[in-house]
Amino acid sequence: MGKIEWAMWANEQALASGLILLAGGIVGVAGQFRGWPFAAYAVAAGVFVCLLEYPRSKRAKGTSVERTGQYCFTVCVKSFGPVTRNYYVRAFLHAAICVPGGFMLATVLGCVCLGIASLIYLAAAIRGEQWEPILPQKETTRKTDAVSVRNPPEMPPPRPPPEVRRKRVDDLEGAVYDNPIPVSDK
Amino acid sequence: MGNWIINNGLSAFIVVVWMGINLFLFVWFYLLYDTGDAFFYTRHLLGSALSWARAPAAVLNFNCMLILLPVCRNLLSLLRGSFMCCGRTMRKQLDKNLTFHKLVAYMIALMTAVHTVAHLLNVEWLNNSRRGQYGELSTALSSLSDSENTTFLNPVRRIDINAQQTPTYFVFTSIAGLTGVVITLALILIITSSMEVIRRSYFEVFWYTHHLFVIFFIGLVFHGAGFIVRRQKTTTPPHNYTLCKDRSGDWGKIPECPVPQFEGGPAQTWWWVIGPIILYVCERVLRFIRYMQRVQYRKIVMHPSKVLELQLVKDGFKMEVGQYVFLNCPAISQLEWHPFTMTSAPEEDFFSVHIRSAGDWTDKLIDIVQNLPEGEQGPKMGVDGPFGTASEDVFDYEVSMLVGAGIGVTPFASILKSIWYKFKISNSKLRTRKIYFYWLCRETHAFEWFSDLLQVLEKEMEERGMGNFLTYKLYLTGWDQNLRFHEGVHFEEDTDVVTGLKQKTHYGRPAWDKEFEQVRKENPTSVVGTFLCGPAVLAKVLEKKCAKYSDVDPRKTKFYFNKENF
Repeated sequence: MGKIEWAMWANEQALASGLILLAGGIVGVAGQFRGWPFAAYAVAAGVFVCLLEYPRSKRAKGTSVERTGQYCFTVCVKSFGPVTRNYYVRAFLHAAICVPGGFMLATVLGCVCLGIASLIYLAAAIRGEQWEPILPQKETTRKTDAVSVRNPPEMPPPRPPPEVRRKRVDDLEGAVYDNPIPVSDK
Repeated sequence: MGNWIINNGLSAFIVVVWMGINLFLFVWFYLLYDTGDAFFYTRHLLGSALSWARAPAAVLNFNCMLILLPVCRNLLSLLRGSFMCCGRTMRKQLDKNLTFHKLVAYMIALMTAVHTVAHLLNVEWLNNSRRGQYGELSTALSSLSDSENTTFLNPVRRIDINAQQTPTYFVFTSIAGLTGVVITLALILIITSSMEVIRRSYFEVFWYTHHLFVIFFIGLVFHGAGFIVRRQKTTTPPHNYTLCKDRSGDWGKIPECPVPQFEGGPAQTWWWVIGPIILYVCERVLRFIRYMQRVQYRKIVMHPSKVLELQLVKDGFKMEVGQYVFLNCPAISQLEWHPFTMTSAPEEDFFSVHIRSAGDWTDKLIDIVQNLPEGEQGPKMGVDGPFGTASEDVFDYEVSMLVGAGIGVTPFASILKSIWYKFKISNSKLRTRKIYFYWLCRETHAFEWFSDLLQVLEKEMEERGMGNFLTYKLYLTGWDQNLRFHEGVHFEEDTDVVTGLKQKTHYGRPAWDKEFEQVRKENPTSVVGTFLCGPAVLAKVLEKKCAKYSDVDPRKTKFYFNKENF
């Protein structure tokens, strides 16, 4: 369990909570339930939480898997700087957002789920995790290709006859450099 | 199209039957509550939300029954054994158990959502009825309470609580409501921790959180208790609702309209889930018993590239080719069980696993073993299994194509060793005439322990003049400068520079079209089984090729695709 990044699970939980809050809010408003203003709030809060949580963070170790089309959300979330990067802020934000959901049955489930997400984010923050944006990789030339282009073969044609070409079998590594015709690096 | 039917027909059929049952249950219970006479007055209070809540409930009962079954691996192993007579297509379905488990889980999630929304509406409307917000009939029905000669219809009884909080109060003080919230919460946590991203990266979080299913099932069984879905009882004299619904003021005062009586139904879910729960408990008990059995180390070998080989002996342990076991090492973690394919053949008097360094648990195991003094027994190990996989079917096919990617070659190590033993004793059960083996690997180091095996086989085949039986091709998909020089220097030699084998190593990935063409050409009338242990991407490629090169004509070559995955 040592390598877990809690923020990854907190993110999934928070996104699910956002959707549940949104769904509960829609039911409350559409059904004109008592306390429907709380449901209207839940719709707005649900949308906000979904937008905030949709872009996944870059993992500290290992490959990060993006959600489909998350790039524009990444840019938006990134622009808030330390407010969105810090998980303590997120933990308290989610805890605060979820409270009004508790005042109406339709949104209670969203409230509890978001509260749990908040706790997991708190755990992540205590462990020092941070939200990092997943940005497209800059083109990096592969090392091996560059090397092979820059260093031509040690024995360019024309090659001397096989008898002269025969390598010392007991020291293959060293024999590579044993050229009958001298080769220079340009 | 024909090829798709051959390879996926039975799975598609099972899914169609399952969906059919779901649809039937939904429609049946929807109509029962939507048109049933006994529910007329209930419907008056709740409208169609009653049916929209009860129909998914029935579907949920069915699916909660099904969900435990695909994960009883010992039961599945048993079924596999008894299906030996029924052909390989049937047995292949049991390999897709996890896929089915997930499908059922999605259905449970969807139905839970519908059920919950319908009940939100129900509770709100019950509350409003109780407070006289709707017409005369609703108010009259709602004011019927549980006393000497009346029974309640509306389960919301108290009106002294704040009107907005009444639904919440009602839910949290009734058995059905409270269990409903708890199990929905458990379900949500199970689902979020089962997302592929979490499962692949932190299996422990997934596995531990998944045990919330215990709470889920306990809550589910009690969820229907409380008799709160009410239906009208027949009374003497009878209360005819068509006659009496507009005369609620006269109920009990005129002979044709006595006060209507209501009752709730008992909890029914336990009928559905008790069987699978018992089976699952047996499954876990069996795993525990197997864990307690003594396992001894016969040999411990540390191979290059951090590959650990353990040769173990356990009383009464019997295996088939390519099966896997779950290992548990209390010294590392009390609760974690990890699957490993066995690399030994059934003909040997021990079983072995080759474990590669791939995470916390494996790293710690390798660490413990490396620090053991010479000749000492390894750490206490619990072994559960063996469990069957598709590899068991290799010998049923006349021709087999075996594809192993990297460490995925392990089940095939078992198969090839078994071939060797079967040869030596001329086992007549060997239906296989020809085997094509493809090993894809990134780097050379991981070859060593396997190439020894191949060398022995190579020699054996030549001695018996059966060089054609096994055709193997090794593909090095990683490639660097040093390799190039090495290869260039040794080009003319007889044995391969990397493995020391007679068959040459190929570089880069195989051209599957060419390979399948060759197999088809060399075996024009056979049924060919393709077995893969490797990444999902490769599975898709091979599955497509199998479909592409299979002929619907039963006299010509047919490829069947079998895949293992952990």
